[in-house]
Amino acid sequence: MNVVLKGWRPILVLILLIIAWEISCRLCNIPGWLLPAPTEIVQEMVSGWSNYNGHLLATIKLIIIGFLIGSSVGIFIAVCLHLVPFLRQAFYPILIISQNIPIIVLAPLLVIWFGFGMLPKIIVITLVCFFPITVSLLDGFRQTDRDLLHYMQMAGATKRQIFWKLEWPYALPSLFSGLKISATYSVMGAVISEWLGASKGIGVYMTLASSSFRTDRVFVAIMVIIILSLLFFLFILFLEKRIIRWKPGEEGNAYESA
Amino acid sequence: MNQLEIHNLAKFYGTKKVLKDISFTVRDGEFVSILGPSGSGKSTLFQMIGGITKPSSGTIYLNGKNINGKRGHISYTPQSASLLPWRTVLENVVLGQEIAGKKDLEKARKMIKRAGLEGFEEAYPHELSGGMKQRVSFIRSMMSPQSLILLDEPFSALDEFTRLDMQQWLLSIWEEHKKSILFVTHNIEEALFLSDRIIVFSSSPTTIKQEFSLPFPRPRDRKILLTDEFLHWKRKIYQSLSGDESEQLSK
Ligand SMILES: Nc1ncnc2c1ncn2[C@@H]1O[C@H](COP(=O)(O)OP(=O)(O)OP(=O)(O)O)[C@@H](O)[C@H]1O
Ligand SMILES: [Mg+2]
Repeated sequence: MNVVLKGWRPILVLILLIIAWEISCRLCNIPGWLLPAPTEIVQEMVSGWSNYNGHLLATIKLIIIGFLIGSSVGIFIAVCLHLVPFLRQAFYPILIISQNIPIIVLAPLLVIWFGFGMLPKIIVITLVCFFPITVSLLDGFRQTDRDLLHYMQMAGATKRQIFWKLEWPYALPSLFSGLKISATYSVMGAVISEWLGASKGIGVYMTLASSSFRTDRVFVAIMVIIILSLLFFLFILFLEKRIIRWKPGEEGNAYESA
Repeated sequence: MNQLEIHNLAKFYGTKKVLKDISFTVRDGEFVSILGPSGSGKSTLFQMIGGITKPSSGTIYLNGKNINGKRGHISYTPQSASLLPWRTVLENVVLGQEIAGKKDLEKARKMIKRAGLEGFEEAYPHELSGGMKQRVSFIRSMMSPQSLILLDEPFSALDEFTRLDMQQWLLSIWEEHKKSILFVTHNIEEALFLSDRIIVFSSSPTTIKQEFSLPFPRPRDRKILLTDEFLHWKRKIYQSLSGDESEQLSK
């Protein structure tokens, strides 16, 4: 309820911006190849559906496969680094540094090494996906409540029991914050990887559109990417709500104090 | 029979001496309280008995066996109720048994009922009050297979009324199950009301200042709180505790 009520402000701003955009396009007669009006974009989005639905499907497939592999890798790395202190000390700093390498500069290398198939694309998505998950999951493991840990240890729990009964469930909310970030990153990763060279995908559709000055289609591609990111984010949010039911309702306190 | 025997226990953290030469015993089915100033190393002592911290010197015996640095022999309840937030009351209660191997859901349900928490079996900890959480974590200890229970200031976060109720409730459950309890508290009255014996710690580096055996019969009634004998004991313990301060002041 509260969220919906508060949501009207950004929505109003967005609507006003779009109206301003529409009006200035019409008043100033801006040519469509330079900046299409919102109505033209929506029109192209609807009428041109058959032009890009194939691309859309290919991208969704890529995102799902990439995201699944990327998050599995992220979780696997986090668990390994957590359970083996030596690995954490050795690799954690390297992991952080690795994030300073822009994916775009790695892309040509990946093409040289792995060609134009599925593999380099999945590697790109994995590279952008795994990091937020690894970092937030590791954080979650480290924040495990000391008292609970002492209770489990004194009760004679094995390392395995402590991990599955305490640390893993304790870190789940952190894992989900990582997953939410990665879900949106994976959409971006998929589009970038399609620019490397693909026969199908929203990234390809976008490149084709821009090289033929179909600016309206470029905007359609942008809209599709935004919608996809949002949908993936909402899907993870939905999963989180389903899986983590034991959290006290956050709405009450958080908003009452405001 | 002596269940827990502690011989000349000492503990350093780096060069800081926290415990110095602690020796005492807890007999089978006995309720022993430790009273001591903040920072005197009571929690540290529990961590050593629980095997997650090693003593710098001295030995801890449980039923004649040396348990220095060995885990799984006692059941510990920390100051916070420390329930797993993603487990229901029922699942939390069987946690101790689960770690040890097998769980008995029937018995757990009975104990929950006995604790006045019927209908809350499927509730999550955030839906319970502080006193209810403490009861759940205490039943968890009672359900655990270990026969010695360590309670670290379990009632310190509760208000006075709830605290009194909880003390009486704890005694009634304990009298049924007859496990040994080692209990840490800051509250003299609480220690007097609950225990068979009270051990008074000095401030750090900690030694045992005095040990008292209490004459109050069991089962105990809240009425004894107002008897002259109780007040007499309260004064005695208070003097023992605060003697420490006057010594320090005179230095
Ligand atoms: N891991 C540790 N490393 C260094 N010093 C520690 C450590 N744990 C405890 N200490 C020190 O040991 C002393 C005793 O701590 P402890 O927590 O056992 O006290 P306590 O008697 O339980 O106090 P309280 O009644 O406030 O809970 C304190 O001075 C504390 O600073
Ligand atoms: Mg303490």
